[in-house]
Amino acid sequence: MEHIVIIGNGISGVTLARHVRKLSDKKITIISAETDYFFSRTALMYVYMGHMKFEHTQPYENWFWDKNRIDLVKAYVKNVETKSKTLYFDNGGSLQYDKLIIATGSKPNKFGWPGQDLDGVMGMYHKQDLDNLEKYAPNNQVCKHAVIVGGGLIGIELAEMLNSRSIPVTFLVRESNFWNGVLPEGESGMISRHIKNHHIDLRLSSNLKEIKSDENGKVKSIIIEETGEEIACDVVGLTAGVSPNVDFLKDSDIELGRGVKVNRFLETNIQDVYAIGDCAEQHEAIGNRRPIEAVWYTGRMMGETLAQTLCGNRIEYKPGHWFNSAKFMDIEYQTYGWVFSERGKKDFEQHFHWRHDDDTKCITVAYNKNTNAFLGINTFGIRMRHETFDKWLTEKRDVDYVMHNLSEANFDPEFYSRFEKDILTAYKNQLQTA
Amino acid sequence: MSLARPDALNITTKQKIALALGIVGLFILTLALFNVNFPNKGLFLTLALGLIVVGTILYSRDAYLNKLEGIKNDGQWFKSVSSRGIWGWILGVILTAFYIVLYFFAEYLGLGQGTDGSNTGLIRLFDPLSQLLSGRNASQWFVYGTLYTVAILAFGYKFILKYRHNRYQQLRTVSVMFFQLAFAFLIPEFMYRLNSGIPYYDLKNMWPLSYYNFEQYRIEGFLTTGNLGLIMLIFGVLSIFVISPILTYKYGKRWYCSWVCGCGGLAETVGDPFRHLSSKKQSAWKLERWLIHTVLVFSVIMTVAVVSSYLKAGGFWTGEEGNKRFIEYWLSNEAFLIGIGIFLTILFVGVMVFKRNELGKDAKYGAIGYFVVIAALVLLFYTGTTEEIFFIKSYKLKSAYGFYIGSIFSGVIGTGFYPILGSRAWCRFGCPMAGILGFQQRLFSKFRITTNGGQCISCGNCSNSCEMGIDVRHYAQKGENIVRSSCVGCGICSAVCPRGVLKLENDGMEGRINPTEVLLGNDVDLMKLVNQK
Repeated sequence: MEHIVIIGNGISGVTLARHVRKLSDKKITIISAETDYFFSRTALMYVYMGHMKFEHTQPYENWFWDKNRIDLVKAYVKNVETKSKTLYFDNGGSLQYDKLIIATGSKPNKFGWPGQDLDGVMGMYHKQDLDNLEKYAPNNQVCKHAVIVGGGLIGIELAEMLNSRSIPVTFLVRESNFWNGVLPEGESGMISRHIKNHHIDLRLSSNLKEIKSDENGKVKSIIIEETGEEIACDVVGLTAGVSPNVDFLKDSDIELGRGVKVNRFLETNIQDVYAIGDCAEQHEAIGNRRPIEAVWYTGRMMGETLAQTLCGNRIEYKPGHWFNSAKFMDIEYQTYGWVFSERGKKDFEQHFHWRHDDDTKCITVAYNKNTNAFLGINTFGIRMRHETFDKWLTEKRDVDYVMHNLSEANFDPEFYSRFEKDILTAYKNQLQTA
Repeated sequence: MSLARPDALNITTKQKIALALGIVGLFILTLALFNVNFPNKGLFLTLALGLIVVGTILYSRDAYLNKLEGIKNDGQWFKSVSSRGIWGWILGVILTAFYIVLYFFAEYLGLGQGTDGSNTGLIRLFDPLSQLLSGRNASQWFVYGTLYTVAILAFGYKFILKYRHNRYQQLRTVSVMFFQLAFAFLIPEFMYRLNSGIPYYDLKNMWPLSYYNFEQYRIEGFLTTGNLGLIMLIFGVLSIFVISPILTYKYGKRWYCSWVCGCGGLAETVGDPFRHLSSKKQSAWKLERWLIHTVLVFSVIMTVAVVSSYLKAGGFWTGEEGNKRFIEYWLSNEAFLIGIGIFLTILFVGVMVFKRNELGKDAKYGAIGYFVVIAALVLLFYTGTTEEIFFIKSYKLKSAYGFYIGSIFSGVIGTGFYPILGSRAWCRFGCPMAGILGFQQRLFSKFRITTNGGQCISCGNCSNSCEMGIDVRHYAQKGENIVRSSCVGCGICSAVCPRGVLKLENDGMEGRINPTEVLLGNDVDLMKLVNQK
């Protein structure tokens, strides 16, 4: 019986395992050094906030793995020897595979800041980071102040987490507005104001210079690059993005770039070795996507796809229309198709932006100003239907059609106020003035 | 985790004052319970209830209005009272003890303990209010009803503040508050005043939730009180056989369970801090399906048997001595039993023919239920007498049902165990009404919770907050709509979802149940290939 070995028990690896089990009788082993069972990484924040307990972040009950004959091994893979198809663990053990899948995800970026390895300095990615945060920031007596470095999705989540325990937060963001490398200015401005409304000390256009230590090797304060200001703190969260967690492969024959290099079939340069999820790097980016996509959904899709290949139906990884979502404190965000920030925008991309007076809802619709083709939408504080936008993108609808039929895409709960009329009026006015 | 008591959970000074007010209110009630004889009962009752309400209102305002609108679940798994900690257990024991006393030892509350049979103690304190509403002294049920209503109103207000960004939550809370105050509490009291022959009738409480609705004394009450009584009897029959099926078809069982029902009302308001405690294990789901349907079958058989036993008599005597008259029933026992048998057979065959696929493996259990009921009918037909059914005295059967289901299950366990089993243990495991509505919701309803394409991140907030113990995530992460008989449509899963994945909807029956393996967003050909299987 063929032995499929998956390193990493995140969404990519587990999706793959589930689908391989559906399709075949192969022997499946999942190896993880992080936790015994699969959990939802994106839900770790809710454990710290007390909305859930850690076991609630586990989508499957513990008997699930046995019942589906998926072996779980808790170990850290130190070396991969592809010639003999052997994995070596740091505890001295080893394991033979027939097909190897690398699904090891990401690790938080550290950019060589002085003091970045002190006690009380942490990312917010692994289960261990959560444990660490619980240790250094259990309440606002132990942690009187925290500093977060890096204004992305994890940064704002960490700010929300600390806020839930009344720990004052200073949030250093390199950009001139929160996440405006990705979001258009109107949106990132709104989110920046929302962050401040939560009494978070948001410092825009600010970089970290260094982290200072107390006499016990624990963080004492940080210094801001631009102003030289020193801020006393007990915890520093480093959330300046993530990169593929592939250091353990450096000595192997597997080709690495920033991540594990794969082709469209998610195959590496070595026969019978594949990579999926955050740690996989496409030789060439697919469409507007980045070569490395560190997103929950793409990880899942790669798992769904590779299972077919492993079970005899070799197919390419072909993601459909881009979509994503997040939540910024109290404001939900969804995106369908492509909406670029001012920085990433192409010449033909034009935006229509509408924002509600209460400053918690807005949308940005991107379209091609030459052809009027609808390119994508960002929606904040208004839920929209994935299926509808997916269909409209496939049908290559123009922006007028989308604006006139926007109510079809509404996914807000029943009895919510609707804004399609306001949006359409604003859209028509903009056309007249433009 | 236990050492790390996060500071945000500590309450503010204002909240402490509010808490103190509420406790003083409860203390007055406690004193009355221990037979302290307050001089002006009306004043002290007003004071006690007023303090409890004001305390709750002030507390909630301080808890929610100082924060931005949004999900407010911080620390719910840290707080002792809402995470089965010591305070949770203490509260559970107090509630359970209260229910036991209420149901079985009302004399300890002061029921009829005075000279000449008047009330003392806690119940005496409520006499002025009862006099005001219905012109009679209070009973333990009046005390319970008043406290129940006050609790739903006060905590309903709290819930509305907690979800002040969510119109669905607000409207349905206003709805349960209204139905409790008007239908369960005030109208029956006023009706007593208008026409004192009509039995207590909470119009929104339909059979089989009010399992006693068709018992002999009630039927006699309805039939001897003229047109109004007759209308109410007809309404009682229509509500379960006509009105409820239509509404459930259009909106799912939520129209009842989380917009109208009093048990649901208490669970959604007072019980809200405990909703996450319901078990999401698959084993709990298995237990649930056996238990709730067993109760349903039992309640059908019990009701049929009881009705059958008095129909056998053909009618009943009414009126004063010397002016007695005999009122005949229009329905003979045989016609009744055969009618029920035919009705159930049509229902059973219809479901098996038209809904076989939706039922899946459960068809077997449905069949078991059906044959148990039919066997019971046959037995009744041949062996029932006016005194005995199933060879037991009929009043014994009734009181057994009332004791085990009506009192122990719905009251003592259902509400007393809020802090242990979560807020809807009765609704989930026991309520026969929920069983019927759920059966219909699963098979004949436009209601479902729609999953938004591929947006689920499996975080588990939805499952965690489901008071009915549905593992919502199990469906959402597969892009599958949630069509579950137990779903009461409270909408909290949708509210807490951080990615906007869930939406309660009434839509066509076509494609309502849509199992998928590969989710929207991936290769279209692959989705077709896998999902069509």
